[in-house]
Amino acid sequence: MADNNSGFMSNPLVKWIEYRLPVFSTLDHMVGSQYPTPKNLNYWWNFGSLAGLCLVIQILTGIVLVMHYTPHTSMAFDAVEHIMRDVNYGWLLRYMHANGASMFFIVVYIHIFRGLYFGSYKAPREILWFLGLIIFLLMMATAFMGYVLPWGQMSFWGATVITNLFSAIPVVGEPIVTWLWGGFAVDNPTLNRFFSLHYLLPFVIVGIVILHILALHQHGSNNPLGIDTKGPQDRIPFHPYYTIKDAVGVGAFLIFFCFFLFYAPNFLGHPDNYIPANPLVTPAHIVPEWYFLPFYAILRSVPDKLGGVLLMFGAILILFLLPWLDTSKVRSAKFRPIYKQLFWVFLIACIGLTYAGGLPPEGLALVIGRVCTVYYFAHFLILMPLVGWFEKPLKLPASISEAVLKTEPGAAGSKA
Amino acid sequence: MAGTATQAAGTTEPTRRDFIVVSAGAFAAVGAAAAVWPFIHQMNPSADVLALSSTEVDLSQIAAGQSVTILWRGKPVFVRHRTAAEIEQAKKDDAAALPDPAKDADRVKKPEWLVMMGVCTHLGCVPLGQQGEFGGWFCPCHGSHYDTSGRIRKGPAPANLPIPEYAFLNDTRIRIG
Repeated sequence: MADNNSGFMSNPLVKWIEYRLPVFSTLDHMVGSQYPTPKNLNYWWNFGSLAGLCLVIQILTGIVLVMHYTPHTSMAFDAVEHIMRDVNYGWLLRYMHANGASMFFIVVYIHIFRGLYFGSYKAPREILWFLGLIIFLLMMATAFMGYVLPWGQMSFWGATVITNLFSAIPVVGEPIVTWLWGGFAVDNPTLNRFFSLHYLLPFVIVGIVILHILALHQHGSNNPLGIDTKGPQDRIPFHPYYTIKDAVGVGAFLIFFCFFLFYAPNFLGHPDNYIPANPLVTPAHIVPEWYFLPFYAILRSVPDKLGGVLLMFGAILILFLLPWLDTSKVRSAKFRPIYKQLFWVFLIACIGLTYAGGLPPEGLALVIGRVCTVYYFAHFLILMPLVGWFEKPLKLPASISEAVLKTEPGAAGSKA
Repeated sequence: MAGTATQAAGTTEPTRRDFIVVSAGAFAAVGAAAAVWPFIHQMNPSADVLALSSTEVDLSQIAAGQSVTILWRGKPVFVRHRTAAEIEQAKKDDAAALPDPAKDADRVKKPEWLVMMGVCTHLGCVPLGQQGEFGGWFCPCHGSHYDTSGRIRKGPAPANLPIPEYAFLNDTRIRIG
């Protein structure tokens, strides 16, 4: 296999460093020419690297925003307005950070659904899947605390509602909430600690991302056929083939990002957060950011406080059991005629939950929320084990290269 | 333990070294746990937060049918001068099916003055006064209805609006906290 880095690696300075610190060869093995990758990855495999890009954007914009922000209840709201009006390019940096969070979640949700469709969570990639879920949980905690920092009405009441979720825990619930607040209500101590943790957690995410990549490389990427690579004929080096494919994806992603950034920077936000926090007045209609809506809908579908909280957290924790709830030996939904349809039903249920979560919990929205909540859990707890047992999967190709070589000329001749 | 096991192979008696390893390990664990506590306890309310724990309210300016909202410990407290009709309704509802049973008489010191936390027991929003199906309070966040005594009647909230510690200093003045 031709070494695309041979010119670079023979540079005397590179060689001098490499001899003392093997940083270039390590990178080359991680995301370079020495990482063999299935040759049939499609564009759904772009979203891992895009998620990494989002994390970098959030950290860079976050670091510079902190240079102009003050985490105090009497100054935080004004500090954000100062960033928007006075700081050079402050509006751009803040909009990048706020919309960047939404972009990060869009990318990660697609990444997760990609995994669900192609069975990327199955053996031997269970720990890879867990690490991804841990990143997802950390992202949610980070995003929630970041949304509190501007200290607007939605910041304050979002923080109040979410921290109060812990008061549902019997006996120790109230002391835990007081401990989280550092007082008897969401107030300055709360803002300060959220700021501290909002700065810390992204770097924790970076650490878990490195473990995620390490686990990925142990058995290599899954692929659209869901079968293991069987030899060099099934693989191509990550660099240059997938670095260039990822770069195409980055271009498309940035166009999408910039559309929101420059033409609709407040579309994904909520106007009430441009009202300073007021502990005496709750906004008429509290909604979390869009990426929390499915879980918020599950919370509100249950007419019982503890039950709603348990079900909401359960909706995420159940994903950890997925490698065992899915009893099918076949990874890719491409060869699973029944699961393939259920996947789309599940996606519709998630969209239904997002829709219901954004509306007041009454009438039709409540019904949609409850139906979708029931399906969400039935999908994992009932349908996945049963379908795995009873479904008759299609015949798997013998290898990736066989599948690629067989279909390509045939499809080109008959269809195109 | 594994290292010393080879030395003590053949005998089941713990050696002197086993004792040293276990006791040193136990002391280290206790020490580590003790060192962790300040890092956890620092997040609990600080002395200045605890110090701001009482406030006084002048009732003379509140006419029947009016409410005021006081900020106490960062949370709203409703002080409502109830009308005769509201008091009567609250007493009548003592016999109704209540999710969190409480007598109106136990929730007030003087029937015309209802003093309670303005914090929904579901997830902490501030309920709106004189709204909802029971003429009391209604929480807009998740739809909990409270009656004229602040008792939960319908919706996801599990408990009545709590009554804070308060005392009448004289006929027109109370101290909360």
